[in-house]
Amino acid sequence: MSDKPQQSSTVTLTLDGNEISVPRGSTLIEAAEQAGVRVPHYCYHPGLSSPAMCRLCLVEVEGAPKLQPSCVTMAQDGQTVHTNSQEARKQRQGVLEFYLVNHPLDCPICDQSGECKLQDYVFAEGRKHGRSQEPKRVFGRDDFGGDVLFYGDRCVMCTRCVRFMDEVAGDPRLTVVERGDRAIIDTFFEEGLSGSPFAGNIVDICPVGALVSKDFLHKARAWDLDHTPSVCTSCSQGCNIQIHTRDNEVQRLKPRENLEVNGFWMCDEGRHNYEWMNSPHRLEVPRVSEVAGESPVAMGWGRALDALLPALREGGPVMAVASPFASNEDLGALAHLVERLGGGDLVFRSPEAETEVVLPGFPQLVRRRDLSPNRTGAELLGFRRVGDAQGQGGLEAAAAHDGILLILGDELRDQEADFGTKARFLVRLGSTASGVEAAHAHLPITTHAEQDGSFANHEGRVQRFWPALKGPGAARPAWMILGTLAARLDPEAMEEGPGSAAEAFHRLVAAHGPFAGMSFDALGTRGVPVSQPAALQGA
Amino acid sequence: MGYPYSHSSEVPLLSKHFGQPEARTLEGWKARGGYEGLRKALELGREQVIDAVKASGLRGRGGAGFPTGVKWSFMPKDKNKPHFLLCNADESEPGTFKDRELIRWTPHQVIEGCLIGAYAIGAEHCYIYVRGEFFEATQVLAKAIEEVYEAGIAGDDAMGSGERLDVTLHVGAGAYICGEETGLMNSLEGRRGQPRIKPPFPAAVGAFGLPTTINNVETLCAVPHIVVNGGEWYRQWGTEKSPGTKLFCVSGHVQKPGNYELPLGFPLKDLIYDVCGGLAPGRDLKAVIPGGSSVPLLTKDECLPCTLDYEGVVEAGSMLGCASVIVLDDTANVVKQVRRMVQFYAHESCGQCTPCREGTSWMTRILTRIEAGKGLEADLDTLLDLSDQMTGTTICVLSDSAAAPVVSSIGKFKEDYLALIRRGERVGAA
Repeated sequence: MSDKPQQSSTVTLTLDGNEISVPRGSTLIEAAEQAGVRVPHYCYHPGLSSPAMCRLCLVEVEGAPKLQPSCVTMAQDGQTVHTNSQEARKQRQGVLEFYLVNHPLDCPICDQSGECKLQDYVFAEGRKHGRSQEPKRVFGRDDFGGDVLFYGDRCVMCTRCVRFMDEVAGDPRLTVVERGDRAIIDTFFEEGLSGSPFAGNIVDICPVGALVSKDFLHKARAWDLDHTPSVCTSCSQGCNIQIHTRDNEVQRLKPRENLEVNGFWMCDEGRHNYEWMNSPHRLEVPRVSEVAGESPVAMGWGRALDALLPALREGGPVMAVASPFASNEDLGALAHLVERLGGGDLVFRSPEAETEVVLPGFPQLVRRRDLSPNRTGAELLGFRRVGDAQGQGGLEAAAAHDGILLILGDELRDQEADFGTKARFLVRLGSTASGVEAAHAHLPITTHAEQDGSFANHEGRVQRFWPALKGPGAARPAWMILGTLAARLDPEAMEEGPGSAAEAFHRLVAAHGPFAGMSFDALGTRGVPVSQPAALQGA
Repeated sequence: MGYPYSHSSEVPLLSKHFGQPEARTLEGWKARGGYEGLRKALELGREQVIDAVKASGLRGRGGAGFPTGVKWSFMPKDKNKPHFLLCNADESEPGTFKDRELIRWTPHQVIEGCLIGAYAIGAEHCYIYVRGEFFEATQVLAKAIEEVYEAGIAGDDAMGSGERLDVTLHVGAGAYICGEETGLMNSLEGRRGQPRIKPPFPAAVGAFGLPTTINNVETLCAVPHIVVNGGEWYRQWGTEKSPGTKLFCVSGHVQKPGNYELPLGFPLKDLIYDVCGGLAPGRDLKAVIPGGSSVPLLTKDECLPCTLDYEGVVEAGSMLGCASVIVLDDTANVVKQVRRMVQFYAHESCGQCTPCREGTSWMTRILTRIEAGKGLEADLDTLLDLSDQMTGTTICVLSDSAAAPVVSSIGKFKEDYLALIRRGERVGAA
């Protein structure tokens, strides 16, 4: 080994006329991607092995006798590669025509239409008119179990689904049966994919409309959907997702690539947990009791805040019950308000699952025991967990509290109807109605799907989400309400509440050591670990 | 001696004992000089065996014609992991029936070749992958393997040499593609019989991920003779570049079809008109497929000067392949024959690569339509274009093989196509 010259960690090659340097060990398709050239492909997927069988990604490598599959050909020093030469284009056009020989061309009724790679590639590079006049082979439709439907005629035989189930899900329930153009994807047993916790991902990686989601079937056209980057709230893993919406309604959730957190994947549990974001049963208007002993009445925000401030200014012992489903900004603003009121106990309750579910082929991705998206954030901001594994109980002190009691999010469904009657002043901020009617004020807040903000996942990675929906009625982000209340506590100070989630974040960064030095903008779409990870429990 | 017919031009080396049931037994085989080659090989040592095979110029009989000794020398010399020899007995090329006969009549010849080959490349284990449909051959071979283990010829101490040489019979499930070397390895390992991407090549990463050499039955059968008699001896037959003898499987419109062992370089004309007794009376030669269904057709004019060695057939415009000579006389409808071949490839395509999976089946449908008298002239351009798209674009060469007869038949027998297209009539009946 010692007499060999030291190999540099990069290789330099010429790709489509440009000299590029890429890490040694990159394949040509990866090298092209880094140079901003996307080589059409089906069977290649960065999260799976490459069988080089779709034959679409063939490129011209000078000196090679024939076109080379760019997904398995290693980039080498001094190579000259043409991804768009006449030869390569002719090959792609030919392969695309082959794909259409048996394809039903049922785009008008296909869910994939608009985000279909066969459609895209054929429109970009296919022949204007197909030459096949022969009858097509027909497979029909198959229920694969779980959320997955299989339309065999649309399949391009890339086998990504088979490889995902085998290599990533570690649950090889799919295979190719038969051969030649009778080859088809199939399940082994009656239950198919049913019960496989990550099977929904095969719908995402299917480049065409062969594998579609039953939940999304014929629900919306792809081009009508708005895509908003977000974070899954179904556990503390913090899978990066996209919320797909149409007409202010969530249509589906899709995983968003983040190799640090979830790779390209998410679990089915999280994927299908979005109905609550579309719930019509929401608090829409602030309701405040202006006269002691009278029921709260609906009013605008200006009047509501004016009605709240005198009771808060009176002070007294303070206690806050928050929810680990609230953002860092909301929790930070709540902690700040409690501090301004003289300090008090900060608690939250969070549910836990009995078991964890690991994705074997990407073991960083785990459906966590901890089922709330921001328990870590709550703990870093000084909140203390109470109650049991179901997220219930533990509020004896709050029930007996006779000062100011602030509730953020928690619906308190497990509490007695007289919860909070002992409190001198009870304010609840929530997006939905609570099980407790004793509050002096009910303030409507937006959900994470309707606001800017961040969560800290199980390992303290702070990740942003963006508003995908417009909140109902007069609902406002909790940080805005709490921040404004805190700013107006002292009528002489002329303070202002935070004007944006970014400002709310920067205020909590200044106040809480674990977040020291972090910037909202720098979180980007991939998130950043908290600056003081030592503050994490058990770290 | 060929079987069932023989001819004085034959050089019966591998086929000498065809038709003799006693040769199937260990005792009968030993009486015919059996296992002397293995004994001598174990005495000579690995390098000398490889040198002898190199000197003989023996080339792979499975179709590609790659020099066997050179192939063996690709195996890693420093042996820090197990090596394998695979004997490819998945003979499935339409028109080929030589390996079946070699196994049926001379199972011990096959086993001896396997053991010598395994010894030469440092493999302790040889798998014989037999085509699933070869029921009789499988039984004969299984019996013979039992015999060699009982006699101590194979096993932990092969012939008392201290070398471990195991041989295992593996029966395929009947797929043409499992005759492709990496498809065979996948099948042997219990996976779908789909060819693998090369590189890595089998000598580096083969069966079970370990260094592997794969040889055809006929290639390995020639090895004991070469080891016993020396490399130079083998060169007395054949040409400079294609030495030795070869089994020719002749089928189609000849009077005496069958296996004939002839020296390479034998004239094709003599094979058809002399050895095989010519065509039926009153018939004229139309075309010959000289190397199994996956090579281009030769016209009558191309056949006449053609010699049957690897270079001679290439010169004539085709390939020797596995020397399966399919003869078509003037009653043959070339379109029908080509359609039947392409249909075979469409049926046998493993379905991995798009051009092959879709192309073979699409071409079959076009050819079927032309055959039914509903073709268009434009279909011929489409067929040629599809053939071009199917050549050199896939993992293995099955799709190239399907395209070759289409291209050559349209080039050489366009009239047959045009007659069907223009008149909607069939040319000939066969």
